[in-house]
Amino acid sequence: MAAPNKGRRPAAGGQSKPGRALAFILIAMVALTGGMFLSHNTTPRLGIDLAGGTSITLKAKAEPGQESAINKANMDTAVSIMERRVNGLGVTESEVQTQGSDNIIVNIPKGTNSEQARAQVGQTAKLYFRPVLTAQQSAAPAPSASPSSSTGGKATPSGSPSASSSAKSKPSTKPSTNSSPQGRAVSDALKASPTPSGKPSSPTPNPSGSASSGDAAAAAKLQAQFAALDCSTKEARSKAGEGAKPTDPTVSCSQDGSEKYILGPAEVDGTDVAKAQAVINQNGQWIVQMDFTGGGSKKFASITGKLSQQQYPNNRFAIALDNQVVSAPTVSSTLSGSAEISGSFTQQSAQDLANVLSYGALPLSFQEQSVTTVTAALGADQLHAGLIAGAIGLALVIIYLVAYYRGLAMIAILSLVVSAILTYTIMTLLGPGIGFALNLPAVCGAIVAIGITADSFIVYFERIRDEIREGRTLRPAVERAWPRARRTILVSDFVSFLAAAVLFIVTVGKVQGFAFTLGLTTLLDVVVVFLFTKPVMTLLARTKFFASGHPWSGLDPKRLGAKPPLRRARRTSAPVDPKEA
Amino acid sequence: MSKLGTLGARLYRGEVGYDFVGKRKIWYGVSILITITAIVGLAVRGLTMGIEFEGGAVFTTPKTAVSASQAETAAQAASGHDAIAQKLGNGGLRITIGGVDTAKSDQIKTELAKDLKVQANDINADLVGPSWGETIANKAWTGLVVFMILVVIYLAIAFEWRMALAALVALIHDLTITVGVYALVGFEVTPGTVIGLLTILGYSLYDTVVVFDGLKEGQKGITKQTRVTYSEMANKSLNGTLVRSINTTVVALLPVAGLLFIGGGVLGAGMLNDISLSLFVGLAAGAYSSIFIATPLVADLKETMPEMKALKKRVLAKRAAAAAKGETEQDPQDEAPYDDEADDDAAPAGAVVGQRRQPNRNNRGKRR
Repeated sequence: MAAPNKGRRPAAGGQSKPGRALAFILIAMVALTGGMFLSHNTTPRLGIDLAGGTSITLKAKAEPGQESAINKANMDTAVSIMERRVNGLGVTESEVQTQGSDNIIVNIPKGTNSEQARAQVGQTAKLYFRPVLTAQQSAAPAPSASPSSSTGGKATPSGSPSASSSAKSKPSTKPSTNSSPQGRAVSDALKASPTPSGKPSSPTPNPSGSASSGDAAAAAKLQAQFAALDCSTKEARSKAGEGAKPTDPTVSCSQDGSEKYILGPAEVDGTDVAKAQAVINQNGQWIVQMDFTGGGSKKFASITGKLSQQQYPNNRFAIALDNQVVSAPTVSSTLSGSAEISGSFTQQSAQDLANVLSYGALPLSFQEQSVTTVTAALGADQLHAGLIAGAIGLALVIIYLVAYYRGLAMIAILSLVVSAILTYTIMTLLGPGIGFALNLPAVCGAIVAIGITADSFIVYFERIRDEIREGRTLRPAVERAWPRARRTILVSDFVSFLAAAVLFIVTVGKVQGFAFTLGLTTLLDVVVVFLFTKPVMTLLARTKFFASGHPWSGLDPKRLGAKPPLRRARRTSAPVDPKEA
Repeated sequence: MSKLGTLGARLYRGEVGYDFVGKRKIWYGVSILITITAIVGLAVRGLTMGIEFEGGAVFTTPKTAVSASQAETAAQAASGHDAIAQKLGNGGLRITIGGVDTAKSDQIKTELAKDLKVQANDINADLVGPSWGETIANKAWTGLVVFMILVVIYLAIAFEWRMALAALVALIHDLTITVGVYALVGFEVTPGTVIGLLTILGYSLYDTVVVFDGLKEGQKGITKQTRVTYSEMANKSLNGTLVRSINTTVVALLPVAGLLFIGGGVLGAGMLNDISLSLFVGLAAGAYSSIFIATPLVADLKETMPEMKALKKRVLAKRAAAAAKGETEQDPQDEAPYDDEADDDAAPAGAVVGQRRQPNRNNRGKRR
């Protein structure tokens, strides 16, 4: 062996306190495992292919005279929007596909909230901002919250936002003593007769009454509709103003049934919303904030500018979602850029609404046909086979490592165990956390990650052996090899992580789910090598077994062909014959 | 294995070495041949896309005692395509079969009815659209292209543009071969295949980066010596990291081989096969290309640089001079690769011994 003081330089980036890193990773492991048992989830959530789930069949509803709207293009658009809604992050493994000409099947894996998913996919999410022409309480008002205005179209608490739940909510009306319907205001705003027609996406020429005589007739008709409007039941509320064109005035109920309205033509709609997000306002309430596109911003400024000059109740605008008014705030100044929907939101319902609004409105409305459970598409045998094969593969890797690296293989195996524990616990906790579900490809990916993680150890071990071949003793070799191995590991892992990040940002659906898994395993690889493998190596380098280069340590200088410290006669060997190309 | 260990040492010291870079024409030829075969396979046979991409037929049966796996077998026999059977909440079955048109579905319905012991009229047949729609496919392509652009930029910063280019060529080579194998084998392309293909992305580059790291070290101060040309240096650093490449490849391939031959082999066709085949082919191609394609390509690109051309001239001139001298000193050729006597840290750089050390052990004392 070379004299120990030879070639000792302070190793850059060498860890001086291996204990600290080890303690950290140990605590992390205990914490994750503890969290797993505390949350009563001890296995990762599995995708439909492995565990089955719930299958929802939705049938497209055609408006009268609008049968042509149910075509392939619209169905495909609906599929991709629903896919985004149930699979926002791409990790839930939900599947959406068309069946026949007018059905859509949504498959949701076991363990996800199917009630919530049903509410999400079925919602058409047509959003319109319409001026309020008339408002009248249609139910006994609950104590109201007085509307206050702020920049960003403040809406007072109103209906419960998610279409499925019927939570208790505070109606938003200012108890006004006599809000009698004003026919004049209505007829002013009339442009065409509100005969039930169709969807904005496929307008049909609609014979409307001539302006002069039609106005009065239409106004009267609207008044009659308004008077007859019943907002007491959910069914009735959803029927209100059905089929009215966005360019026509219409009648509508608030989502909680506390108020009914006559609404003017839509001034701004869902396509003007760039994105929506659930945020907490100053009062600690969940609201949904909508950011408008450039054009939407202009339109919104113009409608709020007009309304702010009106007197109550005509200075209110209604945010109508699927023909029901979610909120109808009063406007006191010109607003633009963004609007808020507030109400008695929970975090979940605010996020659901934001999610639905972000991905846009369905081109068609759908009716739930059936909800049924489905068993695993692939069956348990595929998963078992995969796991058995993975175990055999792992055993082979271990045998190979032991044969080649002897004692060092122990460190590699321990690192793999740590890596496995971290991966398993994190994936399990992500199930309830973000709806992360493992499908068979992801299971295979995790198995392959074994080999990729082991690669990092190999890079490091080989570097150490190179240093020993140089004639160094073990401790300086371990410290000197690290910075160089670290560079290789970081560059390679960065490349993998870049792939994961790009795919996660750019793609949707299953590819996005895969990218998530890849990114996770890559990060864990770095964590394990830095916080476990290296510190353990440092510690073991101090033991006699390794430091003395025991034949079984895998670091025997003789076996590695280290250069003897004494000068000897030159060995002759076959010269490399570099061929010139 | 200990033999491999000693071999590793000898490779490291350059006592033995395989001339990877010098024989590059052969490797390029082999790769071009395989790639052409892959492309021809793709053009002629095309890819068999699975039901997730193509859609197909779905048969919904009333309550039946037949299990899902039995129904799957029956459906596959009746249609000749992969089928997926799922039990529904009401005890019925949902059987999805790829590559079926309306004409054929009646015939399948009749056969299914016989196998499942239900009335043919009670089986509801319908066409089903792809669950892996065009949006997903298009976005996956976009992601792939964006990744390739970014990774080339990154590698150009971390290494240099020539290496980045070579790494990209190697990556495209791996992906082409993998896709080509699918076309030739005729396996159905499922989401699993695509996922496998995307896994290769990171992995193929991982291998290449490990090799390039050694190359980068080797080329430090290459123009300041006259013993080896760039190509020879590249070859030596390749031999130096060969054991590393072999080990990382074996360790990555073992679990995948387990999946392919044990998991897939026991069960016959299935999702496992789809994933592991693409992984296996891709990983193997990735290991091959990092050694046989990427490094020789870098050497080729480097040798076009004026300073490398000049270096080559000097090296050859020196060798010619040495040969003309009639070997009064030692043969420079076997001086370069190995040097037993220099204790690495003993002689200060610049001593005669120091100059004869391998380039990648040069400057050891001066590093950082």
